[in-house]
Amino acid sequence: MLEIKNLHAEVDGNKILRGIDLTVRPGEIHAIMGPNGSGKSTLSYVLAGKEDYEITEGSITYNGVDWEELGADERAAAGMFLAFQYPIEIPGVATMTFLKTALNAQRKARGEDEISTPDFMKLVREKAKELKVTPDMLKRPLNVGFSGGEKKRAEILQMSLLEPSLCVLDETDSGLDIDALRIVSEGVNQLRSPDRSMIVITHYQRLLDHIVPDVVHVLSKGKIVKTGGKELALELEKNGYADYVDEEAA
Amino acid sequence: MNAPAKIQETNAEQSLNAQFDAIFAQTTQKNANQRKQAWDAFKAKGIPHRRVEEWHYTDLRSKMNDAFALASKTTPKAEALNGAGELKTYRIAIVNGRYAPKLSSNQEVAGLSVAETSGVLEAQLGTDDAMASLNQALVQGGISIKIDANAKIGLPIEIVRYTDGSDISSYTGTSVEIGDNAKALIIESFEGDANAAYQSNALTEVKVGDKADVHWLKLQVESPKAQHIETLSVELGAETNFQHFIYNEGSALSRAQLFLEFKGECTHAGLRGTSLLKDSQHADITLFVNHAVPGCESREYYRAVVDDKARSVFQGKIIVKQAAQKTDGQMMIKTLLLSDTAEINAKPELEIFADDVQCAHGSTTGDIDEDLLFYLMARGIPEAQARKILVLAFLSEAIEEFEEEQCVDLLEAMTRKWLHADDLVSE
Repeated sequence: MLEIKNLHAEVDGNKILRGIDLTVRPGEIHAIMGPNGSGKSTLSYVLAGKEDYEITEGSITYNGVDWEELGADERAAAGMFLAFQYPIEIPGVATMTFLKTALNAQRKARGEDEISTPDFMKLVREKAKELKVTPDMLKRPLNVGFSGGEKKRAEILQMSLLEPSLCVLDETDSGLDIDALRIVSEGVNQLRSPDRSMIVITHYQRLLDHIVPDVVHVLSKGKIVKTGGKELALELEKNGYADYVDEEAA
Repeated sequence: MNAPAKIQETNAEQSLNAQFDAIFAQTTQKNANQRKQAWDAFKAKGIPHRRVEEWHYTDLRSKMNDAFALASKTTPKAEALNGAGELKTYRIAIVNGRYAPKLSSNQEVAGLSVAETSGVLEAQLGTDDAMASLNQALVQGGISIKIDANAKIGLPIEIVRYTDGSDISSYTGTSVEIGDNAKALIIESFEGDANAAYQSNALTEVKVGDKADVHWLKLQVESPKAQHIETLSVELGAETNFQHFIYNEGSALSRAQLFLEFKGECTHAGLRGTSLLKDSQHADITLFVNHAVPGCESREYYRAVVDDKARSVFQGKIIVKQAAQKTDGQMMIKTLLLSDTAEINAKPELEIFADDVQCAHGSTTGDIDEDLLFYLMARGIPEAQARKILVLAFLSEAIEEFEEEQCVDLLEAMTRKWLHADDLVSE
């Protein structure tokens, strides 16, 4: 279970998160919506442990572990996965090599045996096929020359291989056409399970037609200003964020 | 009264005086003239220092405290020589400057001939550099390699240059002639006793004919206490492809100077390299690329990874003569500085006299990209391992452009070893 209490965080001295309270139980999907600049991506980076994102007040615990004590790599080994809004291109690093290195690093951190190459190849091929990630993409350097849609599919492939228990999807729908959105959503839905928590960050209700959340939060100016069921997303789609932004301003 | 102030000779220069006198006393008449000319040319300049523009960042005069005694002839064990490692090659061993036939291959290879020489080179040098002159004054031995026109040499030609002993210096001279339409891969290693302090000075002249295809890999893996100076002078014929790569890992102080001239049109030269430096190593790569004729293409792409208090120096000058229209020259220097005390001096230069050319140069220097590092760590890869992956990736990009698969594999293996990155999964 993820518990965020009164979380304040800043980047380069800019206060971005101003007191977030959020609890996500195993099996739940929470959507976080909000206008540009409300702190959605910052929340995802703070959860994943990016340097320069400093917690100034409050706490994050995951399954009872103080999240602040762990580095980004240790959080990943403990079950955290961030699907990046802009997956990074890394020339010179082969995709397959990267996937295997990441999987084995996590296994090692958990005291498990490394996966054998044949088992690994079989696993990747199966998952890649489901997500329409072509063998050609796997041969290229990590994310290099991938289209926006290919990058997002590759992110979900990583998620499906690494089998995290806490998934944060940062605007995974941005830059996707209708077909790619469907493929990515199906990939995510397949990972829904009673012991996996997900936080889906998005601007648009569209993604939530495919990945149906249990709870929807509205983030504005670094705070959750409204929490509701999935119908809240529809209301936002109709009326925009103006009500919440104004409310804050007033 | 108006005589120019004489710079006082250094300890090293005084040792060199005695060494030259000894060598000169026993040299043949024919070589005597050449040695004397070379010595006079050296004496006029002395050991290069920071007020000599080409040596500004590598003040050899202050770094070369002494000139070690000239190495004598020895026969090390074959196992001492690494060369190109496991690769099957035609080996030419040079020990302490001299050809070592017992450590070399002796089978016949069609189109290839190798002969021992005095090391005094007959051809005109493409340079009047003082250390190249010093090489010719003191040279102890050498070889000439000839590859016949139309010969396609299937085996890599491996030249292992080994310095055997400590507190010694070796000088070697090599001439290479590659005929028209010939094809060859040359892998040259510079090495010596681990932890021995020595000085090696190599001068190599290469003439390549028309329509030839030459790949040349230099592995500089001298002892970490060595001082290494190498001068390579290359002339290329028409429609030729010449690819050169320097892997720079060894030596306390190294200087690789490459003088390349296009003599025939429509030729392509790729000059690349990686420098992997740590502790207080100082490595200098200096290029002069002379586009003297039209329609040639040159690529100068070098990457360096510099850690601790090490210093990487790159100087590259592309000259485009007035006649050399349609020249295409691109130079790019990329450096990763892994510590706050690491240093890079990059000086790419263009000197263009023709008006219809495409030339560019650039240089980037930085630390490991934090966003890349975070991406890898967010996937569970510990920081130390993630950093190695990124350094390896940075260097691999340059290595892969060499396009000789067996060399790419060799270079990547050497790079991994340097990084202590055996824990990284290979492809």
